[in-house]
Amino acid sequence: MSAPLLDVRDLVVRYGTVTAVDGVSFSLAAGETLALNGPSGCGKSSTALAVLQLRRPTSGEVLFEGVELTSLTERELRPLRPRMQPVFQDPYGSLSPRHRIRDAVAEPLKVQGRWDPADGPARVAELLDRVGLDPAYGDRHPHELSGGQCQRAGIARALASEPRLLVLDEPVSSLDPSVRAGVLNLLADLQDDLGLGYLFICHDRAVVRHFADRVVEMREGRVGVTSG
Amino acid sequence: MESEPLLSVRELRIAFDGIETVRGLSFDVRPREVLAIVGESGAGKSLTARALLGMLPRGATTSGTIRPDLSAHRGRRISLVPQDALSALSPVHPVGDQLAAAVRSVAGVSRKEARARAVAALDRVGIPDAARRARAYPHEYSGGMRQRAVIAMATINEPDIVVADEPTTALDEERRDQVLRLLAEQREAVGAALVLVTHDMDVVRGHADRVLVMYAGRLTELGAADEVLARPRAPYTAGLLASLPQNAPPGRRLPALRGTPPAPGALPPGCAFAPRCPLAADSCRTAEPEPQQVPGRLVACHRWEELPHPAAELFLKERQPA
Repeated sequence: MSAPLLDVRDLVVRYGTVTAVDGVSFSLAAGETLALNGPSGCGKSSTALAVLQLRRPTSGEVLFEGVELTSLTERELRPLRPRMQPVFQDPYGSLSPRHRIRDAVAEPLKVQGRWDPADGPARVAELLDRVGLDPAYGDRHPHELSGGQCQRAGIARALASEPRLLVLDEPVSSLDPSVRAGVLNLLADLQDDLGLGYLFICHDRAVVRHFADRVVEMREGRVGVTSG
Repeated sequence: MESEPLLSVRELRIAFDGIETVRGLSFDVRPREVLAIVGESGAGKSLTARALLGMLPRGATTSGTIRPDLSAHRGRRISLVPQDALSALSPVHPVGDQLAAAVRSVAGVSRKEARARAVAALDRVGIPDAARRARAYPHEYSGGMRQRAVIAMATINEPDIVVADEPTTALDEERRDQVLRLLAEQREAVGAALVLVTHDMDVVRGHADRVLVMYAGRLTELGAADEVLARPRAPYTAGLLASLPQNAPPGRRLPALRGTPPAPGALPPGCAFAPRCPLAADSCRTAEPEPQQVPGRLVACHRWEELPHPAAELFLKERQPA
């Protein structure tokens, strides 16, 4: 059996005296969706930030494609970061209000030194098309898009880095249910086509039951039940 | 069995700068019922609720009638539970004082009596040690307790109608059900009707007697909640219900409504839902359907008789782009 895409072992995250995540372990294969489910404040989002090394965990191990991340320096992490991308709950908050959508999607390519002025714009148009947005939306600013369109743009931006893992933190929780179904279908299609692993954080049990291959139930920083 | 309505809305229109966002809406609120108003963002449901309270934003022009007009009795005969519990409470006054002030604003009672009623109301919504807690400020309350205090405030004067505007949108499922249960209990206790505004069809299940589905500022469907959920007649209602994962047919893809609701002022000709409707025919693109009485409900759709049941397949597309 090949190594899992993501292997989290005994993860602990403390903020001062508060233990947000208290010894959480799980693993996730490529092409698989693992959901973290639980009420507000149970440590789901803290787990996500620690997996991404956006907040360094207090202890425990995070193995991504077999590489242990918690012991790496920021510099050593840099080449790995594009391969694990976050998508956050608030689609407006995660895109700069002053940048056009096409600039937001192009930014990771530029930052990673992969921007080619000759075919860059075509690559951005392709990414927008990939997430079901008419490339004409590239000229718009986030506030000119609906919540669902904005979340699609956020997913396009994450895809620009050619990730293997998406950490989806309540990606559909602020969307109308009618729009939510379309975004979940998009995520399903992308996973089928690209073999992405999804760490899917969601408090809505019905969504989790439908969308995830396996579910880790969290309560007060700990894993309750793992199912699926 | 149908009682005299508590409130009748007829041909309500609400416009901003000449652009109508509510476009000729008629419905009743019956005594002691829970009426859910459901629709996507921008359907006009919150504006409708605000119109009942006489709390429309500046610049709104209205026509039509709301009878009786309870807006002059806001806080007494009609009250609001807003989405954001924190913003409903003043940060600079103890919670108990705010409830007591609400009592004294409508009833000629002594300070002491108002205070006693405030403590009783906090106790009734399950605030532990209510007498002590009444002296605390909102920032000393947890989010859940603030939500309870706001519900206590909305019911303390035993109104005829409580309007709850997306009271559970920001909450997780457990808290959502707690709040809805508490709202139901409290309005039962004071004998009020509840107008529950929500974008979530799932909230309607088990929490509403009747449901009014709105689209682009108009009535799409109105009927008994359990009957509408079991057998929607309007394609829009069917699409909303089918897109809930708990109703999904087996398989990974969810039925979904394509596209987005039209912007007010940029409505398509004919039925506003036609561009997104899998049943739309030529007639739908020329004439806007009026609500018509069909057995057990009102439906505004030219093709309601063509809607299959179940309808999920209509909204299930292979790899549709949005």
